[in-house]
Amino acid sequence: MAWVNAIIQGILTGGLYALFACGLSLMFGVMKVVNLAHGDLAVIGAYVALGVITVTHIPALWSFVIVVPIMAVLGYGLQRTLIQAALDRGVLITLLVTFGLSVVAESGQQQFINADSHSLGVGESIITGSFSIGSQIQLPYLLLLIFAVAVVVLLGLQYFLSLSRYGRMIRAVADDQEAAQLSGIDYRHVFGIAAAIAFGTVALAGIAYGMYSQFSPTTGTDTILLFAFAAVVIGGLGSLWGTLLGGIVLGVAQQIGAQINQADQVLAGYLVFLLVLALRPQGLTTRRAQS
Amino acid sequence: MSERTDNGGTPLLEVRELTVHHGQLRALDRVSLRVFPGEVYAIIGANGAGKSTLLRTIAGLHQPTDGAILYDGKDMTKVRPERRATGGIVMVPEGRRLFGSLTVEENLKVGATYARKGPWTIERVYEIFAWMKDRRTQRTAQLSGGEQQSVAIGRALVANPRVLLLDELSLGLAPVIVQRIYAMLPQILSTGLTVLLVEQDVSQALRVASHIQCLLEGHTTLEGRPSEVTAEQVEAAYFGLSQAAAEGSEALWHGSTPSSRAS
Repeated sequence: MAWVNAIIQGILTGGLYALFACGLSLMFGVMKVVNLAHGDLAVIGAYVALGVITVTHIPALWSFVIVVPIMAVLGYGLQRTLIQAALDRGVLITLLVTFGLSVVAESGQQQFINADSHSLGVGESIITGSFSIGSQIQLPYLLLLIFAVAVVVLLGLQYFLSLSRYGRMIRAVADDQEAAQLSGIDYRHVFGIAAAIAFGTVALAGIAYGMYSQFSPTTGTDTILLFAFAAVVIGGLGSLWGTLLGGIVLGVAQQIGAQINQADQVLAGYLVFLLVLALRPQGLTTRRAQS
Repeated sequence: MSERTDNGGTPLLEVRELTVHHGQLRALDRVSLRVFPGEVYAIIGANGAGKSTLLRTIAGLHQPTDGAILYDGKDMTKVRPERRATGGIVMVPEGRRLFGSLTVEENLKVGATYARKGPWTIERVYEIFAWMKDRRTQRTAQLSGGEQQSVAIGRALVANPRVLLLDELSLGLAPVIVQRIYAMLPQILSTGLTVLLVEQDVSQALRVASHIQCLLEGHTTLEGRPSEVTAEQVEAAYFGLSQAAAEGSEALWHGSTPSSRAS
């Protein structure tokens, strides 16, 4: 029964990891940017949420209404300035620039906030509560909620990309920037839109993580970015639903690892990650984001 | 100056002394041309003559080192490619460059996103390419080369261009398919379009063009109406073989080189 519980916990945690991963996957899929600052931006999202909650006293759960738009605007702005300038100089430069961004974000948080751990919404029943099935299986409301949010986000992204005018433009630009320009599309603006969406999901990831666990300035690189990468690679680069599958596989591997030995939780996840890289480097699903 | 001035007054598209470099290589060297409304203007030349560079520079995908591009009398040299497209200069790029993961209809919709007002709609494109409507939900990656070329033309047409730039339509296509695609040209032209095309297939270009210009290693070597130039002239201009022979016979080039037109 403990094993069943571990697998269920793993699947649910996979929803959180999918939230980590989908923005990373989207930015790579559309503009070929590997955003090394992805995790730090999620932590910034969590700090912004903390600030919003402190000032407005709204429930932690609802902070996304304010934080997501803020992060989306930040995403559009960063894409149109720093990241676009890097892209104009070559894809490799974006690695350096986003790495720099990551360092600046992390040091900035330590400098201007502090290195303490924080968390969001402690004491709110929906965040700390859970219900049990039998004596062994515990289902935290929060993980169920996060999983549902991940599925809704992925469904929403899928519908947006396949049915909306901007979604069509995003796919066209991802296919061929130059041909899109010849159709009158300013790909830099479309990149900005894609980055805004990616940063919006990053904000959700940060808030979710802040409610799920404690965060500090280093959480971005040592947890969120790595798990996001692992989920993306396991699931398959550029595939939206792959990020959910990748997140679930990572989550289950971690929980099973923890079941064997508590200290091996993270290691088990990375072993599966390495296994996928070795045996199926294109990821478990090769479906593309637009299918 | 040639007799072409009386057919439309001012040129719709004018290229003045355009020089374009690819790194150290000078791909175009002071090339000029004037395209008048309603013309089918063909640039011919061998591989590497600079034809595609010329078209891509007009579309805005390359920045010239020197010279100017005027459209409807306005200087477009510094204008971004997407602004040129929405302004009415639309290119069908070499190699078709469709959005491979999009369906036929989605490709056309992307082309129509920022369309100017005009006669072309997706329905109209389906009318002239009858097969397309039935297969509009297919990914373009599943189409044959000729079908892809038709979609690429359709994608450009739905933007309602005033100047349609066609870059090597025949590339990689069977001759019978090329014939069929060029056979559509009169229908396309009937809506008042002006066409500037680049073609390696000289006989095809001579058949459809109202004016031709031959490039060789970035220079203009011949220019005129297809009826005015002889096969020998075209051959000499295309391959640059008989430069020595041409030296003695200025008359061969009279009235057709840019320098003589400028004077």
